Amino acid sequence: MSRLSVKKTYKLYIGGAFPRSESGRSYPVTSAKGEFVANASRASRKDARDAVVAARKAFPGWSGATPYNRGQILYRVAEMLEGRRAQFADELGGGKRAALEQVDATVDRLVWYAGWSDKITAVRGAANPVAGPYFNLSTPEPTGVVAVVAPADPLLGLVSVVAPVIVTGNTCVVVASEPAPLAAITLAEVLATSDLPGGVVNILTGQQAELAPWLAAHMDVNGLDLTGVTDADLALRCEQEAAENLKRVLRPAKEDWAADPGTGRMTRFLETKTVWHPVGH
Amino acid sequence: MFEYAPAPESRDVVDLRSSYGLFINGEFVEGSGPSFKTVNPATEETLAEVATASSDDVDRAVQAARKAFGAWSALPGSERAKYLFRIARLIQERARELAVLESLDNGKPIRESRDVDLPLVAAHFFYYAGWADKLAYAGFGTKPLGVAGQVIPWNFPLLMLAWKIAPALACGNTVVLKPAETTPLTALLFADICRQADLPPGVVNIVTGAGETGAAVVAHPDVNKVAFTGSTEVGRIIARAVAGTNKKLTLELGGKAANIVFDDAAVDQAVEGIVNGIFFNQGHVCCAGSRLLVQESIQEELLAALKRRLGTLRLGDPLDKNTDIGAINSAEQLAKIRRLSDLGESEGAERWSPACELPGRGFWFPPTLFTGVAQSHSIAREEIFGPVLSVLTFRTPAEAVEKANNTPYGLSAGVWTEKGSRILWMADRLRAGVVWANTFNKFDPTSPFGGYKESGYGREGGLHGLEAYLDV
Repeated sequence: MSRLSVKKTYKLYIGGAFPRSESGRSYPVTSAKGEFVANASRASRKDARDAVVAARKAFPGWSGATPYNRGQILYRVAEMLEGRRAQFADELGGGKRAALEQVDATVDRLVWYAGWSDKITAVRGAANPVAGPYFNLSTPEPTGVVAVVAPADPLLGLVSVVAPVIVTGNTCVVVASEPAPLAAITLAEVLATSDLPGGVVNILTGQQAELAPWLAAHMDVNGLDLTGVTDADLALRCEQEAAENLKRVLRPAKEDWAADPGTGRMTRFLETKTVWHPVGH
Repeated sequence: MFEYAPAPESRDVVDLRSSYGLFINGEFVEGSGPSFKTVNPATEETLAEVATASSDDVDRAVQAARKAFGAWSALPGSERAKYLFRIARLIQERARELAVLESLDNGKPIRESRDVDLPLVAAHFFYYAGWADKLAYAGFGTKPLGVAGQVIPWNFPLLMLAWKIAPALACGNTVVLKPAETTPLTALLFADICRQADLPPGVVNIVTGAGETGAAVVAHPDVNKVAFTGSTEVGRIIARAVAGTNKKLTLELGGKAANIVFDDAAVDQAVEGIVNGIFFNQGHVCCAGSRLLVQESIQEELLAALKRRLGTLRLGDPLDKNTDIGAINSAEQLAKIRRLSDLGESEGAERWSPACELPGRGFWFPPTLFTGVAQSHSIAREEIFGPVLSVLTFRTPAEAVEKANNTPYGLSAGVWTEKGSRILWMADRLRAGVVWANTFNKFDPTSPFGGYKESGYGREGGLHGLEAYLDV
């Protein structure tokens, strides 16, 4: 008799813990062929709020950590992901080789971003030669809590939008791909075992059209990445809601996740702080 | 206090016309909206009639800018640079005329328009002129956006024009700029400078009017970039208006900056910094240090010194070279300052002003400070945009940070202490785009300026200021 396997319950990832949706709701996730795979949690407005609270709570510690430390943790995420290559490839489905390539590209992307943690300041900062006896220095700082609507690409796309947000010291609330949310929750297991402080990344699964506007309107969210929104009306509504507290918005655009990511995803959620001090003796 | 004989700057240097049109495609043209009067806020005399641009006029201006964009953006950067250098020089040549006109239309003391605004305006054009042929080294590419729609406020009319137009042109964009309704005159004189510089027609277009004209500029479908400086309230409306478009947006909005004084600060310098922080330009400054956070142990000493100093400020004729505090820019703004100050009293704070005689005509408000202010008071939360200082206290550096950051704004902050490590510790934690340590209200074209949170986004000035005008 073959052994009956133990299946995983897919939950949310909030504040470093894996709660079910407080609403008790779930929705079925199917494979490309339409077969039932698992039930994913369908996050509620309350879950979204809890996630923002967790992200806000994690912000001082994460943004105050040394860039070297943040870089090491992101690298650690890459290490943990590498160790689960087969599991992720399996979960992504489709052709085995193509799936493995996706996982490898994701690991490499994490390594790429990990290295940015202690370099972005040198690239984006400036010593400003003001016309007077003043020391004047501009440095980039994280914007705060960023809500990220992840693209459909369940792993490489997801990591390609989350890594640039957190490597600079932001914390985030992510709405995972609605049709393919399972890799996001498995990624949460990787994050939870990589010394990433709880609350730095919070992952919600559920309906994008339901969750995105709540996050867009949330007054304690500072930035909004709409990359995963394909419905123009929803994107418009979210950007309008975001205007209420002047969130920094990254508008949806067609992305090639295989291309060189550039620095734009990091800089969109960075502020520039300029400090003056008189020179004297 | 010494008696001073009046030392008025002559108005003769300014040749005011009775009416002004719009500047579109290199020509002054009639506006199709009803004209409006711009007044001298120090006397309430009408200075000139100014045209209102209707949405059709705005459309003509945008078309002119679009038409000019091809050739302007195709010019070698070195040629664009020379136009901007020319403009910088013309501004220097006509600096006195521009300064007097600015003080007449805005109400700010001539000492400030002459010694702060105008030198910074010329420096800004000079600075960005030099970037025009060096964009490839800045890291944002070299591709301009197209037509920039720019809406500016009344507190630094010509300086805000410079902050908007200089980087836009250097990067190869063309512009449609709307100056504030109450201070259009220096922008219109700048149009004349563009003509003297032989700037190609349509590269700079200036449309005057009120909010509706600004809204038409922002909403125009052929505008690629919107830049706005003004209130957070209007900033929100603009952010909503450009949502769902491809327009690039930068916003420089309101503030409620904390100016934090520790017990080891050099008191005399701190007092000067506090005065400069909130009474410079009548407090009509988005980055004004409108919340004084003073360490409890030196509160009495500092306030006594501050009050002594406020007693020496001279309020009156903006054109008098002795004047420290000029006129409030408009009746509307004066009403707002009065309303919020009255609210300060009714909510329980204690109001104080030095003995100060206000002129009989014009819009005036005495330098005012409130003590006993709680964080929940309206005067500790809302931007007053006037010569009104709210004084709060703190005990520890952590409490100072907590209180300073307890605002939806994040434009600027000040720190006064002789301890270097504390300055850096504070600067790290203050959520503000500009931190002035042992100084305040310093500006320079090489230094990026702009806010965190609801103070807006994007930076103006410096290398960072180029990003707003390039297709990154």
